[in-house]
Amino acid sequence: MTPLLVVLGAVLGGPARLWTTALLDRPPTRGWPRGTLAVNVAGSGLLGLFSALALADAAAALLGVGFCGTFTTYSAFAVQTHRLGRRGVAYAVTTLTTCIVAATIGAVAGGALT
Amino acid sequence: MSAVERRDAPTRPTAALSIAVAAGGAIGALARWGVDVAAGGGDALVWATVAINVGGSALLAALPALALVRRSAWWATALGPGVLGGFTTMSACAEQARALIAEDRLAVAGGYLGATVLGGALAVAIVHAMVRRRPTEPGGLREVRP
Repeated sequence: MTPLLVVLGAVLGGPARLWTTALLDRPPTRGWPRGTLAVNVAGSGLLGLFSALALADAAAALLGVGFCGTFTTYSAFAVQTHRLGRRGVAYAVTTLTTCIVAATIGAVAGGALT
Repeated sequence: MSAVERRDAPTRPTAALSIAVAAGGAIGALARWGVDVAAGGGDALVWATVAINVGGSALLAALPALALVRRSAWWATALGPGVLGGFTTMSACAEQARALIAEDRLAVAGGYLGATVLGGALAVAIVHAMVRRRPTEPGGLREVRP
């Protein structure tokens, strides 16, 4: 059952990331990959929220591992950081800081709800 | 027009590319879940995420070496944003770092983020240099948009 829920979440999360990045990272993209930044921050906030809500195993597999895990991506972030060269340092620091802050806000919100 | 140029052009992904990323993402997410299950729990889970993210980043940087990926936008999308985008994850990285910081385990949190970021950057730089050194086909190797 768990693998099916992971797949279901991923089937929604993958295309949601593709569409968001296509919308926000319109070529020619000379600046930061804003789409990747947006999905990573939003997904980190959601996972922080879901973790604090202490979801049942099935819901955690669907929403956490499946959706949030697939909606966000590290590999694109790493390759884009490399491509940005020197400017990649600021992009990487901003991404990581913002994602951890988003996860914290999500966790605090989830804590308040439970 | 190369596969990459074609994939850069549309603002809205086609249905075929959405299916590619959904199918690839499902495979990547299942693989990530499998690694997590194998790791068990606790701190092993945290280092499993490092391995997933560093390994997945290296593989994404290596994709342009595949002729199939250079030729086909569908396969480039299925394997890049699909399999490897779904395999690697920023949300687990951020949430695990947040939890470590919240538990006052700052040294572990620092080591975790350092290993992820430096490991990922180093892996991509090494693979990128290796891929570029390969003999190129007419038109040369092109980067795959992640």
